Amino acid sequence: MSNITLRVNGRAHTVDVEPSTPLLYILRNDLGLQGPRFGCGLGQCGACTVIINGAAVRSCITPTSSVKGEITTLEGLSRDGKLHPLQQAWIDEQVPQCGFCQNGQIMTAKALLDKNPHPTDEQIRQGMAGTLCRCMTYYRVQAAIKRAAGRNV
Amino acid sequence: MNIEKILLENSTAPSRREFLKTSGMLIVGVSAAAVAGPFVAEAGAQAARGLYPDPDYHQLDSWIVIHEDNTATFYVGKTDCGQGTGTAFRQMMSDELDIAFKDTTCIMGTTDITVDQGGSGGSDAIQTDGWPMRRVAAEARRVLLDMASQRLGVPVAGLAVSNAVVTVKSDPSKRVTYGELIGGRKFNVTLTGANIDATTGVAKVKPVQELKMVGQSPQRYDIPAKVDGSLKWAADVRLPGMVHARNVKPPVAGAKLVSIDESSVRNLPGFVKVVSKGNYVAVVCEREEQAIAAARALKCNWQKPATPQLPAGSDGLFKYMRETTPKSSQTPINIGNVDAAFANAAKVVEAEYDVPFQGHSAISPGHALADPSNGQMTIYSNDMKSYGMRNGVATFLAMPREQVRVIWMEGPQGYGRTAADDAGFEAAYIAKELGRPVRMQWMRSEEQGWDTKGPAFTFKIRGALDAQGNMTGLDYTARSADYNHLGYNEPDTVLIAQLMGQRRATPAAGSSAFPNDMYAIPSRRTLLEVVGLPLIWETPLRTGNLRDPNGPQSTFAAESFIDEMAAAAKADPIEFRMRMLTAGKDDDNGFRRARSIAVLKAAAEKYGWQPRPGPNPTRGAGDILTGRGVAYAYRNQTVIAQIAEVEVNRKTGRVWVKRAVVGHDCGLVINPEALRRTIDGATQHGISRAIYEEVAFDTEKVLSTDWVTHPTLTHMDAPAQIDVVLVNGDPNPNRPDLPHYGAGEAAMKPMIAAVANAIFDATGVRLRRVPFRKERVLAALNAANV
Repeated sequence: MSNITLRVNGRAHTVDVEPSTPLLYILRNDLGLQGPRFGCGLGQCGACTVIINGAAVRSCITPTSSVKGEITTLEGLSRDGKLHPLQQAWIDEQVPQCGFCQNGQIMTAKALLDKNPHPTDEQIRQGMAGTLCRCMTYYRVQAAIKRAAGRNV
Repeated sequence: MNIEKILLENSTAPSRREFLKTSGMLIVGVSAAAVAGPFVAEAGAQAARGLYPDPDYHQLDSWIVIHEDNTATFYVGKTDCGQGTGTAFRQMMSDELDIAFKDTTCIMGTTDITVDQGGSGGSDAIQTDGWPMRRVAAEARRVLLDMASQRLGVPVAGLAVSNAVVTVKSDPSKRVTYGELIGGRKFNVTLTGANIDATTGVAKVKPVQELKMVGQSPQRYDIPAKVDGSLKWAADVRLPGMVHARNVKPPVAGAKLVSIDESSVRNLPGFVKVVSKGNYVAVVCEREEQAIAAARALKCNWQKPATPQLPAGSDGLFKYMRETTPKSSQTPINIGNVDAAFANAAKVVEAEYDVPFQGHSAISPGHALADPSNGQMTIYSNDMKSYGMRNGVATFLAMPREQVRVIWMEGPQGYGRTAADDAGFEAAYIAKELGRPVRMQWMRSEEQGWDTKGPAFTFKIRGALDAQGNMTGLDYTARSADYNHLGYNEPDTVLIAQLMGQRRATPAAGSSAFPNDMYAIPSRRTLLEVVGLPLIWETPLRTGNLRDPNGPQSTFAAESFIDEMAAAAKADPIEFRMRMLTAGKDDDNGFRRARSIAVLKAAAEKYGWQPRPGPNPTRGAGDILTGRGVAYAYRNQTVIAQIAEVEVNRKTGRVWVKRAVVGHDCGLVINPEALRRTIDGATQHGISRAIYEEVAFDTEKVLSTDWVTHPTLTHMDAPAQIDVVLVNGDPNPNRPDLPHYGAGEAAMKPMIAAVANAIFDATGVRLRRVPFRKERVLAALNAANV
């Protein structure tokens, strides 16, 4: 066990954990940030996605000690009580069914739009390809991304 | 964590139990969750009796609470698996009660505060359970109007009610609100009805024309908290003093546990205990990652069975299914003279179809948290059938039912997976052993490997055509590998109990399925058979209900075959079907035939279907071949037709459903936009099962252990366009008693066949084995020189 300091959603937290512990368990169990979710523990589904230094990262396979930089979780997307445009688009399009994977959908989409604010349909498909949904909300997720990107859908 | 607070936050509902406490209806001395820890509180007389009796569905107060602020909370015994049924219940009940939708909340599926409507399953939430909800809300309105009549001194006929405010028609300044009439107090009204579905008061429900919220599309109340991260899911519950558990599964099917070397984990950080009985093994640690590490490190000595217990993969499975003697065999349909029809046929078509085991494969593996405080057992779970779990756990742990409750919270869509909610039983068992709250979480490989499977099927079908191309005979045989099909959270249904050696005397028979269609084929015989695999207990090939349990399989075979018949008759696939639908004259009291015709017609129109036989004469000359395919079915009274437009890449074998059109008639629609999303999700699920899903296994174990080895649809495969046409095909579409039927599973049913038929249209190649992964498609194209 050792002390590790993490910066999450603008705040610093110091936790005393085994350094190789995947970041997901620290966020969920120690910091109470349960936006990121356990789906596979293998980095295959995307449910655990957080954003670190602008990149969508699979927190279930990220050793906590390897994290350098600011972590943003789903809880950290809104600003001054106002939802992020992607979150609002998700509500406007009524995207989620069960909603369990939607953390990964939203966070992956955010990293995508931050890098490419006006993606083509194909770029959206490719950028989101590794983020799985078993309710199969893909069609609505893609519509919400286009809406957030200011495209007519 | 206080459960009332969580349920309140999750539903924006006023606290049920606070109300019950103040009204004296239910005495709850302590909140079990609030005193969680490594101890059991004093078990007083009350605790011995049990803190969690069943809510009485014959009491209006069990269903509806009116608050002093003139809002209402509805308590229903259903669970929302992600299709927005909670929002729909609020719409239906608001309309009957005459209260604004925004002033209502809904609490679902928590066994000690909501009546037992069975949780979810069978797409029956709106179709069946919506009725008692409407009737009790109508009864509450009647009672409130009587109270207002007394209060205002005006006969009920002289009163009007809107948005929970009763006014005197002749003098609208005289008014009283529901909250003023009864807010915070009990109705004390007894309902009648022989069972919960029949629950009713004196009042009648409104005619369709008077419903205001029904038919509108208010946004789902559960969605904001799902996108801002504030929802507390069953997976999120954390209690003081809780520990984490992980299972250690047998390495091969049928293995027996000989011994456990506990020294392999005793010194690991956070180690608490190894819990084991029979072939069941779990490790408990203080922290989650510690439990994962310990479960991986635990050394167990397993004895493999003398001979491998599973068939050799799907190839071996289908061979076994064809050659073995079925456990059961029945012929539910045998009309006309099938043998004569084939003897007199101008053309006979024969085909065989195979559907493998497919996984439930929820996006999150199973999980639950069990709290044994106060000598009771509280399970925080996303079990779709929370009531069944409560009963099953009570039996399994030999506890009185009144000492067990299940608090339903949201979870991953499981499509029937939690009808055998393994994790909840395991958490409860270990919690009772330890006397501490226990969180059980399955791992991905475990879920994929050991979840319940949709049954595999083989089909053998023959069809007869006369000289005019009319279908005169159908001889259909379906065999499922479904013997010992799981039940609903019975103790011997869940894996932990099986591993501990529990068996029922007579395994469940399982079921096979005939095609659900209204085709007027003069001679028709269906033979339904169920085969048993050599290993039926403690097997990773347990079968359970997977979204419309047998419908996608039987519809794949039957509707592929109808397409083969249409091609043999050189007929357009929709015209061929329509001919057989319109040739029939009989209809049932739900007008299923008339509605089948309307739905198929609506889908064809939306698609812009131009009649012609398949395959497509203008399929394309390059690498991409295009085609279209249709399939139709009904599920109970919900009628559905789906059209898939595909692109097949002849160089890679990849199939893309570029466009899907869905005609859907489920009677009275409660929330059209939520319904559309349910339908397009189910349609894509159907595409996923068509082109990807198959459980791989060898003779010892399941080899599909993650998302690579049990692939699913991805963003790359989503159709570019999905058109959902909501049809009201009732011959009297405006009748005041238009029923509301189910949705969800229905839109899963024809899609695999629609994709197969589209592939045939694009390529001229008929694929008769699911799934249509690109390797298999490419091999078939190459074999046919396409």
